[in-house]
Amino acid sequence: MIEVKKLQKRFKNFTAVDDISFSVKEGDIFAFLGPNGAGKTTTIKMLTTTLKPSGGEITLNGYNPLTQKDKARHSFGIVFQDASLDDELTAYENMMIHAVLYRVPKAERKTKIKHLLEFVELWDRKGKLVKTFSGGMKRRLEIAKGLLHHPKILFLDEPTQGLDPQTRNHIWEYIKKMNQEEKMTVFFTTHYIEEAEKMADTVTVIDHGKIIDSGTPEELKIKTGKTNLEEAFIALTGNIIRDEEADGLEQMRRRQRHH
Amino acid sequence: MPIVYILWLRQIKRYLRSKARIIGSLGQPLLFMVAFGFGFGPVFSKAGEGNYIQFLVPGVICMSILFTATFTGLEIIWDRQFGFLKEMLVAPVSRIKIMIGRSLGGATVAVIQGLIVLFLSYIIGFSLPGPMALVLSLGFMFLIAFLFTLFGTAIASSLKDVQGFQLIVNFLIMPIFFLSGAFFPLDGLPKGILSVVKFNPLSYGVDALRGSLVGLNHFSLWHDFYVLGAVIVVFLLLSSYLFSKIEA
Repeated sequence: MIEVKKLQKRFKNFTAVDDISFSVKEGDIFAFLGPNGAGKTTTIKMLTTTLKPSGGEITLNGYNPLTQKDKARHSFGIVFQDASLDDELTAYENMMIHAVLYRVPKAERKTKIKHLLEFVELWDRKGKLVKTFSGGMKRRLEIAKGLLHHPKILFLDEPTQGLDPQTRNHIWEYIKKMNQEEKMTVFFTTHYIEEAEKMADTVTVIDHGKIIDSGTPEELKIKTGKTNLEEAFIALTGNIIRDEEADGLEQMRRRQRHH
Repeated sequence: MPIVYILWLRQIKRYLRSKARIIGSLGQPLLFMVAFGFGFGPVFSKAGEGNYIQFLVPGVICMSILFTATFTGLEIIWDRQFGFLKEMLVAPVSRIKIMIGRSLGGATVAVIQGLIVLFLSYIIGFSLPGPMALVLSLGFMFLIAFLFTLFGTAIASSLKDVQGFQLIVNFLIMPIFFLSGAFFPLDGLPKGILSVVKFNPLSYGVDALRGSLVGLNHFSLWHDFYVLGAVIVVFLLLSSYLFSKIEA
């Protein structure tokens, strides 16, 4: 479903993604793990047509996101790591714009929006402006929006960051259900390694822009001789704490998110 | 169509919700009409040019439209900052539709702003023309608004952050506004200034609006229409191209 060959992204003074190759099978739940600044988000940006690779090949659902942008975009949905909502609009209006942009049939729009807003427990606040929402509520709305249309591939870039365990479980159950019923391929990144251990069929570990290892959670544990995935992850990527370099824009977005 | 419509609607809703912005942006045109209108009025009529308020109001309406339209185009920078731009950019929708929907919304907002200024000018003594002339001037207001929303979109598409913003206001929008004949008649201008004015698309907007509202023309209405139309086509192509190049 996703095929990546020798993918590269170089910025002015460093290489964010360095010659990586991997593939994701249809219907797979694929966890893309790595420390801060490892190149996860840059890879997702290239897969989702918002960043041009410096080299290499990508195939998404059989399409090339560089030359067949619209077909590729039709194939996936994405929940971003940072905000992608219009703060000056209500929760309902944000959902409606999304439904129209993704061509959800008119007859289904209202019921689907209601269903998902109820699911993330925001239905009684549907008419409130998003700028009045807390960080967790915004996150839930982002996820509801990402699940509104049913794509072949769902990208989730740290979807559950900042949510309580109850909400995280609740949301993962839903994603799992969509994965099983519709054979939806799920590609996600997370810092909650136990989430990956529980949910993922395949785990790929990236660090310093290179793929370190790949396999089922079981395989990685056996390979490293550890009893859980988190220890295996640390064994693979080392103990050094990373600083993510953030440019001005990124910092501002983050500030926005913490409000 | 539904995509263009929903993005148009988004702009309108955002505008209607920002009451402070609506009221705030009326201060400047009102000040210009009162201070310049009444301040220069006597000199203007002594020079045999007639009623200055009648002359000035179309220019001030253009100013209002210029600022509102350019700023809504520039809002793409804010969409980028607050993340909504990504939402639009990963959607399986052609970039042109996104750009057109946004720009039509911005243009509509700017026209509403122009109409409010027209109404305010009526209160301070501007005499309105007949209904046909009003419809004609509404059409021209829309052309000016659309043109400058596209202009703002083109600039914003090539900017990464708000740093360059003040530069644009001071070195592009202000000259466009002051060198458009909004305040002064073009007859008898020194050649150098006149050629700058003739290069400025807003000059034709001001002329068209003055022509349709109070019957004073330097060029002709058709001439204004052709120039505005041609510049819109150029900006439409340019901003579609630049917008399609945006990376989130």
